[in-house]
Amino acid sequence: MRSRSIRTDWPLVALSLALTGFGIAMVYSAGQTDVPSFVAGLWRNQLTWFALGIVVAYAISRSSVRLLEWASVPVYVVACLLLVALLFIGQGAGTAASTKSWLAIGGVRLGQPSEFAKLAVVLMLARVLSAERRAPNTLFGLWKPALIVLVPWLLIMAQPDLGTGIVFIALFFAMLFWSGVAWPLLVMAASPAVSLILAFGPGIWGAWFLMLLALVAWRRPSWIEGAALVAVNVIMGVVAPLLWGRLDPYQQRRLLAFLDPSADPRGSAYHLIQSQVAIGSGGITGKGFTEGSQKRLAFLPEQHTDFIFPVVAEELGFIGVTVALILFSVLLLRTVRIAARASSPFASLVALGLTAAWFTHLVVNLGMTVGLLPITGIPLPFFSYGGSFMLACWMSVGMLVLISSEGRGQADGLVI
Amino acid sequence: MSFHPNEIQRRARIASGVLVVGLLVIGGAFFRTQVLQNARYALQSEENRLRAIPLPAPRGLILDRNGKIIAENLPGYSISLLARHEDSLRTTMRRIGELMPVSSEAVGAAVRRFRRDRLRPTVLFGDAPFELVSVLEERRVEFPGLIIQSAPKRFYPDGPAVSALVGYTGEISEIELSQGRYAEYKAGQQVGKDGLEQQYESRLRGREGTRFVEVDARGRVVGENARADLKPEAPAPLYTNIDLDLQRFVHEIFGDSLIGGVVAMEPHSGAVLALHSAPTFDPNRFIGGIPASYWEALQADPRKPLYNKAIKGTYPPGSIWKLVTAIVAMEEGLVALDDHQVTPCTGGYQFGNRFFRCWDKKGHGNLSLAGAIEKSCDVYFYQLGLKIGLQKLIAGGIRLGSRDRSGIDLPAENRPLFPTDPPKAYYDQLFGPQGWTNAVTLNLSIGQGENSQTVVNMARLYTALATDGQAAKPEVVRGQAERVRLFNLTDAQMKAVQQSLTDVVGRGTAIGSRLEGITVAGKTGTAQNAHDAVLDHAWFVGYAPAEDPKIVVAVMLEFGGGGSRAARIATRIIERYLRARVVSTPATVGE
Repeated sequence: MRSRSIRTDWPLVALSLALTGFGIAMVYSAGQTDVPSFVAGLWRNQLTWFALGIVVAYAISRSSVRLLEWASVPVYVVACLLLVALLFIGQGAGTAASTKSWLAIGGVRLGQPSEFAKLAVVLMLARVLSAERRAPNTLFGLWKPALIVLVPWLLIMAQPDLGTGIVFIALFFAMLFWSGVAWPLLVMAASPAVSLILAFGPGIWGAWFLMLLALVAWRRPSWIEGAALVAVNVIMGVVAPLLWGRLDPYQQRRLLAFLDPSADPRGSAYHLIQSQVAIGSGGITGKGFTEGSQKRLAFLPEQHTDFIFPVVAEELGFIGVTVALILFSVLLLRTVRIAARASSPFASLVALGLTAAWFTHLVVNLGMTVGLLPITGIPLPFFSYGGSFMLACWMSVGMLVLISSEGRGQADGLVI
Repeated sequence: MSFHPNEIQRRARIASGVLVVGLLVIGGAFFRTQVLQNARYALQSEENRLRAIPLPAPRGLILDRNGKIIAENLPGYSISLLARHEDSLRTTMRRIGELMPVSSEAVGAAVRRFRRDRLRPTVLFGDAPFELVSVLEERRVEFPGLIIQSAPKRFYPDGPAVSALVGYTGEISEIELSQGRYAEYKAGQQVGKDGLEQQYESRLRGREGTRFVEVDARGRVVGENARADLKPEAPAPLYTNIDLDLQRFVHEIFGDSLIGGVVAMEPHSGAVLALHSAPTFDPNRFIGGIPASYWEALQADPRKPLYNKAIKGTYPPGSIWKLVTAIVAMEEGLVALDDHQVTPCTGGYQFGNRFFRCWDKKGHGNLSLAGAIEKSCDVYFYQLGLKIGLQKLIAGGIRLGSRDRSGIDLPAENRPLFPTDPPKAYYDQLFGPQGWTNAVTLNLSIGQGENSQTVVNMARLYTALATDGQAAKPEVVRGQAERVRLFNLTDAQMKAVQQSLTDVVGRGTAIGSRLEGITVAGKTGTAQNAHDAVLDHAWFVGYAPAEDPKIVVAVMLEFGGGGSRAARIATRIIERYLRARVVSTPATVGE
């Protein structure tokens, strides 16, 4: 026990604290609008959640990786049950107003179980993947991890919450990669989704399909697998667009709205433009802390949750953005290192999974605000206002500190 | 899983690479947006933030020849709204309606203005009553986006006395907005509607200022003075030739009972000294929207106060037009001032199977042309007209401007009615080829028949008689004098004609209007009209002093009886002007 206390990963803790401090300051600023709104007092709530997160993180970091491994199955089952329950008693609120993301009892909103489901899936995937001596080398061999992700993914898509769904898919591929699954297999596993995305450009899809055929010819999977793979890709790339084209426009809209309720076509275009105006008008040095006019004058939507980073960009400029991005990259490189030095395959996979979850949030959220990616409501770790998410982030920190302290080598030696 | 350290290290390198590349791409996107495209977005953010609130400009003053004020501006208030949707506009109007009654027309007008221009603050009340302003000021917080500001309001200190001249201002109409000449105007702005206000709109319109306020995404004003104001600017005053004292005096003479029009002008320059149409209205009540009751009363009044009798009304000129017949005859060399006609006046003239009466049943006896002008003998002019012949009489009338507008710088002057040349075509069309005889010549020669003249055009004609045969274009606003030669008489002929006009007042039909110390020359006219068999239109057009004319006055009284009544009014105007001129030299006004 004594040795563990010495090995606390202070750089990790310091980076997490710095990002959280930065984030809460921005939540405070997000509340500083010319016409005051409820957002003004939210930074205090965020502080409370942070305090709770520290306590939970400390408790987790004082436990053991074996305890985590043992707990992963019940945690996963409970998470799935909560997600099922949400379909019946879930409520919409905040950024997820039109979905059933919130667990509430007696009108009191308790939290968003999907945030904890991410952690549960990381633990469960890590447990399953680490249990096998060799990484799966056939598509059918991936059924177990696929099933583990598929169950909560379907439940979350039923809420519906596309953004969180994307995180699950990213986790799946990142952890398969870390467990040693060869890249051609990953490509094949991802191919149906890629086909669907490329389906709207027949030429590009054709090129992609030829590449895939070459890959199949080279890897020579069993004929059933090969045939299934080709069939699924053809369906996604050719049949799906045909079916889509036969739908009435209103049916298409409904389907799109179902897939992504936050993407109300008119509203989201406005959000995107105002977000970019906020970012762009910040310039190099920004308009000054709490002084962002886009935010002050309520042109920036959801400025305390999904669109908090434009507040950073508007008020602190490219300098502030760079500082935040450097903090994030140092943190993520650090957690990759923790994964690489973990004492067991399970711990290593957990650390990498948590890293992948943060990275996905980061890319999808920032890419959305700056206009690189379509709008899918997803929060920014340590910054976006939200109790469940803050708690989940610090539970991740707790697990990473625990894994780091049990890891090989001098965890607190080099920064990276 | 395979957990060999080498393999893990390899994967860690790949993972780190993906992280770094991903974050570099994100960072690059932020760099592009924030640093490379900063100017564009900074501008957009500024446009988001600031709203330009127009500051209404005062219109230019309208002054008389001595710098006295004809039109000025009083402080007023306008209430406008920065509305995002029509719904929010209607809601605001409804909530104002809870505080003070708001007519449905006002709501409709506000909605129309909003639809015209959504980005500009929508004017809800262009001329808001003070009570409404104070109520709304108190509750400003409850009305986000509401803008209360001062808006200069047009005021005519001598309202009814100058109504025929100045016109009035009003909100630009939907029709005007779609016209090219008002391309730069916005819904809710004021524009000159009639008279000088309309004629000189481009010189009277002030330059709107701009105030910048900070608004939020919902259009609520959250900050003032976000940038320095651009001050509204009034244009330079408009100097007119009007003598406001004389104008007031004319208005007083007419009072409420008389109906008619007056134009007084300088014979050489054409400067309009006074222009009046009675009965009048108060243009001040037109400002900020005409009350429906007032409008209906004006429309219903049989005396047509809104109809400008000086420049729009056309009336048979009667005897004042006899001078045209006389001049045409002299120009043709058909008659001299002392020539007599074959048939002396016995109270009428037999032409074919019709008997044409003279206005004086007693008859005038044997008269020279000078005597016929002095006595206004119809019988003499019947014969003179026949001598000239219909075609030449009409051609001469046209040459002397009987079909022309005077060209006064006021909008909507009417063209006089007069036959066209050749007369046969005209009368064939009017009555049918068999429907008329040469008798029309007799009527025309005494200013009756197919002849209907405006007061201002008759004043113009007499500027030529008062001077040397050149008529001056009437000008309300100071400008370059424009004179056109109407006829060519020798100096002797001119002198003789003028002498006969002097005799009209000295001992003829206007003898009752002689002035002590001022020689007035002129001609009376009593024109039969189709509307009233008993009461005729009364005319007098004259000038004074006869030896060196300073003023030409044309007076027309609708249903006014005899021309001598018009002459009395005209000579009082002349007296007032010339006596006033003696005691007070016009002050020179620095421009």
